[in-house]
Amino acid sequence: MKLLVPVKRVVDYNVKVRVKSDGSGVETANVKMSMNPFDEIAVEEAVRLKEKGIATEIIAVSIGPAACAEQIRTALAMGADRGILVEQDGVVEPLTVAKLLKAIIAKESPGLVIMGKQAIDDDMNATGQMLAALMGWSQGTFASKLTIEGDRATVIREIDGGLETVSLSLPAIITADLRLNEPRYASLPNIMKARKKPIETLKPADLGVDPTPRLTVLKVEEPPKRQAGRKVASVAELVDKLRNEAKVI
Amino acid sequence: MTVLVLADHADGAVSQPTRSAIAAAVRLGDVHVLVAGGDVAAAAAAVARLPGVAKVLTADAPAYAHALAEPLAALLVALAPGYTHLLGASSAIGKNVMPRVAALLDVQPISDVSAVVDADTFVRPIYAGNALATVRSADATKVMTIRAASFDPVAVEGGSAAIEAAAVVADPGLSTFVGAEIAKSERPELTAARIVISGGRAMGSAENFHLLDKVADMLGAAVGASRAAVDAGYAPNDHQVGQTGKIVAPELYIAIGISGAIQHLAGMKDSKVIVAINKDEEAPIFQVADYGLVGDLFKLVPELEAELART
Ligand SMILES: Cc1cc2nc3c(=O)[nH]c(=O)nc-3n(C[C@H](O)[C@H](O)[C@H](O)COP(=O)(O)OP(=O)(O)OC[C@H]3O[C@@H](n4cnc5c(N)ncnc54)[C@H](O)[C@@H]3O)c2cc1C
Ligand SMILES: Nc1ncnc2c1ncn2[C@@H]1O[C@H](COP(=O)(O)O)[C@@H](O)[C@H]1O
Repeated sequence: MKLLVPVKRVVDYNVKVRVKSDGSGVETANVKMSMNPFDEIAVEEAVRLKEKGIATEIIAVSIGPAACAEQIRTALAMGADRGILVEQDGVVEPLTVAKLLKAIIAKESPGLVIMGKQAIDDDMNATGQMLAALMGWSQGTFASKLTIEGDRATVIREIDGGLETVSLSLPAIITADLRLNEPRYASLPNIMKARKKPIETLKPADLGVDPTPRLTVLKVEEPPKRQAGRKVASVAELVDKLRNEAKVI
Repeated sequence: MTVLVLADHADGAVSQPTRSAIAAAVRLGDVHVLVAGGDVAAAAAAVARLPGVAKVLTADAPAYAHALAEPLAALLVALAPGYTHLLGASSAIGKNVMPRVAALLDVQPISDVSAVVDADTFVRPIYAGNALATVRSADATKVMTIRAASFDPVAVEGGSAAIEAAAVVADPGLSTFVGAEIAKSERPELTAARIVISGGRAMGSAENFHLLDKVADMLGAAVGASRAAVDAGYAPNDHQVGQTGKIVAPELYIAIGISGAIQHLAGMKDSKVIVAINKDEEAPIFQVADYGLVGDLFKLVPELEAELART
């Protein structure tokens, strides 16, 4: 079975982002970019399925500027077989991403799509669910364990009060949560090998998708700043302040 | 304008995040609430008593018993033509179902709304809450999830809405529920608690993590955790507070042995009062703490327990 793994290029999770002074967005020039951490988990899961002989081929897809090729290379170095880059500058909303992925699925016929539960830049937590809807497929979101048996997938999901197990008919969309696995680091030989793996480049128009966003960003601003308070010297002082000053206990 | 809110409910009670979503919906128009499930009479009656609710729609069928996304989304899509806005809480259910509904309606969803500006314009946090985006939707139907921590929930009593059955829609039958492990706790729910006490990697073990239990019980607090504590197996997954865990904004948040990474701050920095206990006086958590106490938690937590017991 072929696997499709969408990987997003995002501002690295260690970067403290800055809001642009004109309120148009956050500063991304000269900022370290990486693969969305949840997508690394998705790639790892796909590679493990290939190592187990369940998957035959892994295709990494990224949508965004030409520089997304870097994130596809990372996926290839981790063990994906080939890449597809859909080049589109500017904001690409989950609805557009889902439509583009649907068009790629029509060409590639994967048996399973594994993706991140959330991109840490837009924090939408939406694309996987939307792709499942457009395909008319089942969805196993926030997955912390995935088992494939025959034509079904069993997924343990992280939900509000604990864990839930669902059984999905395949093909399906899986979105990875933090505890699905611990992604590997690509070894140097694998990074070298990845350079020779193919990446196909497409435009949204090649896939028949109009990338116009539905949401207009009117402004982006910093949240109200919290003032650091003060240090207290002892537990007794802390409890006294909480009782008599903050009046919260 | 009429707004449909998808209710999260369990054991005949409606969740507090749903009551927050209703509070957001009231600002947009008349509010109808969908209560879907396997046996919804008690929950529907509870929703009918919420102030601000004009009508309760029930969908009683085995397909809805476990809130699976595929049948619930199909149901919401069938109901959508009567509504300008479809809302869910930013809960595990809302986040699973609402984007599916949006795609079926060819709509870009608006996740985790923290403020309503007008019928088309909303504020939502991005980049782990380090920026707030004001967005305007061009879609005919708005599909959104509501950040509970940003809206005071409507009261539990005061309304008397009519209850009506919605037409049941065929189950697409794509997935089945196998089982759930839900920890039963006497403590309040994390996202509904007035006080939260969270432990980090410094707790050191699952056994040590229970040091927080006594203090939590004395304060009537919920217990939370950092990702590092959850990853290490000290606390269950659903205790994680942060960008990719639960977002909380209690009256009092107590962080014990947590460094204060941006991903953690994203989940708690809107708390009214923040207390941090950490042995490193340079820990970033102190930059957001109203009261900071520098020292070893293994000495200070037992002291805190004793001090709370003393008076
Ligand atoms: C994609 C992604 C998503 C993430 N999502 C989340 C999230 O939702 N929530 C979250 O919390 N994190 C999240 N993280 C992880 C986050 O970046 C940090 O790694 C994590 O919050 C650190 O947890 P911690 O503060 O417990 O551990 P550490 O950073 O290791 O801090 C431990 C602290 O304990 C103090 N300490 C040690 N011993 C003692 C002692 N005896 N007494 C008192 N203090 C002591 C130390 O000084 C230190 O400050 C995410 C990361 C990524 C990449
Ligand atoms: N531009 C993109 N390119 C590739 N994958 C994406 C893109 N946007 C979103 N995704 C995938 O969808 C997941 C959820 O993203 P989001 O819905 O934006 O939070 C990510 O973890 C990726 O797997």
